[in-house]
Amino acid sequence: MSSAVADHELEAHFDATIEHADRIEPRDWMPDGYRKSLVRQIAQHAHSEIIGMQPEGNWIGRAPSLRRKAILLAKVQDEAGHGLYLYSAAETLGVSRDELTEMLISGKQKYSSIFNYPTLSYTDVGTIGWLVDGAAICNQVPLCRTSFGPYGRAMIRICKEESFHQRQGFELLMTMMRGTDEQRAMVQESVNRFWWPALMMFGPPDEDSTNTEQSMTWGIKTHTNDELRQRFVDMSVPQAKALGVTFPDPELVWNEERGQHDFGQPDWDEFWAVVKGDGPCNAQRIVHRKRAWDEGAWVREAALAFANDSSRKGESA
Amino acid sequence: MSEQIRGEWPLYEVFVRGKRGLNHVHVGSLHASDDALALRHARDVYTRRNEGVSIWVVRSTDITASSPSEKDPLFAPSGDKVYRHPTFYEIPDNVPHM
Repeated sequence: MSSAVADHELEAHFDATIEHADRIEPRDWMPDGYRKSLVRQIAQHAHSEIIGMQPEGNWIGRAPSLRRKAILLAKVQDEAGHGLYLYSAAETLGVSRDELTEMLISGKQKYSSIFNYPTLSYTDVGTIGWLVDGAAICNQVPLCRTSFGPYGRAMIRICKEESFHQRQGFELLMTMMRGTDEQRAMVQESVNRFWWPALMMFGPPDEDSTNTEQSMTWGIKTHTNDELRQRFVDMSVPQAKALGVTFPDPELVWNEERGQHDFGQPDWDEFWAVVKGDGPCNAQRIVHRKRAWDEGAWVREAALAFANDSSRKGESA
Repeated sequence: MSEQIRGEWPLYEVFVRGKRGLNHVHVGSLHASDDALALRHARDVYTRRNEGVSIWVVRSTDITASSPSEKDPLFAPSGDKVYRHPTFYEIPDNVPHM
């Protein structure tokens, strides 16, 4: 049988699986484009979790109480865990962990532009939990039903943990809102800085999103960027009201007819500049990641040397 | 030799028993330099919130798996044996507890 015929049959089987909203598993045949798309998306997602440890990790040593420090440590540890779930999902597609790390450090693969913004005050820890993790949840909940099994399973684990992230952030901000005028002003200032970058987390508008259409055909994505952005705005407005802050968007208004909010567009020129490497912290984030990787080399090597040594002696580990 | 240890840490598959009375279930994978560290890493990565009471780790290369392409012939023997299912048998409605 010619391989062309076999490929045709395999592709038909793949298409039928997608059409039935069934899952594709690692050892199934899949089109090269599907595999590449998934590696790109899952890797970008994993890198975002790992780089995302930095802006908040910045405040662990300066958290205002032991309670807040313990919470922040747990949260940053979760981000590491989320990165690891996702890296292992990406590896089922045939890419190695070292390759993924190399592609992050060399800039061949991206991470979410949100993590290129600095955390200027401890308040930002709360705002990130509320808005950045809130936006992440909006993005991630539909991904639990993505067509690639390992990715969906990783997302389910992650979504279970994200709820803690968002709630701790909101509670932190609520605590500050019950404080002094100065503390309330800090919350508003922080929300002003993060609102637009949070909206950018959903990616460019649908008409400029090159990957969305094919990703939706393949069941990798189930909602467009603009749909999810709208959902996030609608969710966030009543939360802001409960908190007692406003969003820095004069066009943000309830549209009775649509049953949704109208809102302004983020500065997409800024978005593309940050994606291309010109954000406030792009260079710093990668330098830090590379240093951690380089400085950890001796640990990785020592652990392997120990493992090899004890197995040579026939000791149980 | 030092050349041969320069690679990645080996890949392990992780199985967690959620609570007593349940099976261990595959939850994901991780890299570790040896079995003992794989278990430590599995605890940190997969059971940060009391998700388990017991963990198994096994080197991925030690797992033998059926191939998706032979799925049909491999499972064919059970496909035509409907008499293995309870619904194959017609029992009158007036027979209780069956």
